Amino acid sequence: MAVHAIFFYFFSIVAVISAIMVTVSKNTVHSVFFLILDFISISCLFIMIGAEFLGMIMLIVYVGAVAVLFLFVVMMLNVAQQKNQWFNSKENSGHIPIGLIISTIIFFELIIVVGGWKYKPELLNPNTTQLSNEISNTHSLGQVLYTDYIHVFQISGMILLVAMIGAIVLTYRRRVEVKTQNYFKQISRERSEGIDVLEVSSNKGVKIDD
Amino acid sequence: MEYINLVFDEVYKILFLLVPVLVSVAMIVWLDRRVWAFVQKRQGPNVVGPFGLLQTLADALKYIFKEIIIPASSNKIIFILAPIITMTLALIAWAVIPFGEDQVLANINVGILYIFAVSSLGVYGIIMGGWASNSKYPFLGSIRSAAQMVSYEVSIGIIIINVLLCVGSLNLSDIVLAQKNIWFIIPLFPMFVIFFISSLAETNRPPFDLPEAEAELVAGYQTEYSGMMYAMFWLGEYANILLMCALGSILFLGGWLSPVDLYPFNLIPGAIWLILKILLLFFLFALVKAVVPRYRYDQLMRLGWKIFLPLSLTYVVLTASYLFYFNLLPSI
Repeated sequence: MAVHAIFFYFFSIVAVISAIMVTVSKNTVHSVFFLILDFISISCLFIMIGAEFLGMIMLIVYVGAVAVLFLFVVMMLNVAQQKNQWFNSKENSGHIPIGLIISTIIFFELIIVVGGWKYKPELLNPNTTQLSNEISNTHSLGQVLYTDYIHVFQISGMILLVAMIGAIVLTYRRRVEVKTQNYFKQISRERSEGIDVLEVSSNKGVKIDD
Repeated sequence: MEYINLVFDEVYKILFLLVPVLVSVAMIVWLDRRVWAFVQKRQGPNVVGPFGLLQTLADALKYIFKEIIIPASSNKIIFILAPIITMTLALIAWAVIPFGEDQVLANINVGILYIFAVSSLGVYGIIMGGWASNSKYPFLGSIRSAAQMVSYEVSIGIIIINVLLCVGSLNLSDIVLAQKNIWFIIPLFPMFVIFFISSLAETNRPPFDLPEAEAELVAGYQTEYSGMMYAMFWLGEYANILLMCALGSILFLGGWLSPVDLYPFNLIPGAIWLILKILLLFFLFALVKAVVPRYRYDQLMRLGWKIFLPLSLTYVVLTASYLFYFNLLPSI
């Protein structure tokens, strides 16, 4: 049990420190790396409480895909310089109070929501909660998502799909001047139409029409 | 005291797994170069040791004694961390690979997800290396490889879902045991082909080795690395290739099961069958490297997103409907 506690405190301390470092560190790329460390330690905490499926999905989705996208954006856009300007220049620091107000509101909303949370009565009593070993937690998660709450799940999927299509529609613009490659045309090229053998007489050259 | 014994026991087991993996990585590099050479009618490395078997050891020795150069304008901590991460991630994934009925280091419930998670973390070693080098070619190489690995992971994930539909468990031993009657390569053959090609892309092997395309990017994300750090990238890459071969043989070729359950064959221990299957897959990897020219980057992305993703999704629907219609869905 002592070892369990040691690991728990280790991962939670790493999670908290790296969460602080995300906001504190000067270099934006370092912030993203700390964010990744935070995700990893939180998924380790998930695994420690027995939610191994959730922990692994956390690693795959957040660390393997979302954080890579963050890194991409941060590295490509050179946000590091912008961030420094943003904090140092006079005219921009006016945004800070507004940000603080919004974050306080969100914080209090979270407290209200979590405070008004209703648990099943048998969950609060530690004597009645038994983790059955017959059904693994992957199966029970699947049961909840795909059997009990299938409609909610489908609706959230549709919302995400609409958001995705919307993002594409909003940012898509057809550029006429850009030449695109036609793969079928490229693959189906034959030697006979690609190569011409010409007789070139000296001092005259040939005219190639294209 | 008891606890120390436990730790000692575990360390012993881990070494018993990792040392053979590292040695076989060295051998696999030699095999790769030999196959490559034979396809091109060359001899390949054949001087050091019998058949040149010790060539990789000689190379490794050379790398160890070379100077490690850290560029002055690089981000030093991340620059040093990158090869370490690549190497570690390539090795820790081996913990869940089953070599026999109960010859597995960690028999966890979500083994396949663990491997998938670790291989999706593998991209960080490359991104960190490319970014920390603070140089154009490594940066371009790492951006390419990040995009490539993320896109092909999607199709690999969906292929894994295909297999899991037939198994009903995320445990790797259960996946192998579900293939007792028929290996999944037969009902899921198109998925096996797509898995093979996707794992080529996932491990940055030719014809998808765009992150290190020497004609365009010098050596991609490894350009600024030297000595042992370069060797660690390289070892990690080959350990990853072996891992993908092992995953392919567990998912589709029946893992440690013998091909026919007859008298002389079922005497051979399961680990040997698994190693033979890994070698077969690796031989295909090496052949592809020698035979196929490199893809263009837009072709690579198109193949991943517009061909493999819809194909594997369609196959998921097909498999699920087939299993549902004939009432073959595995029970919990």
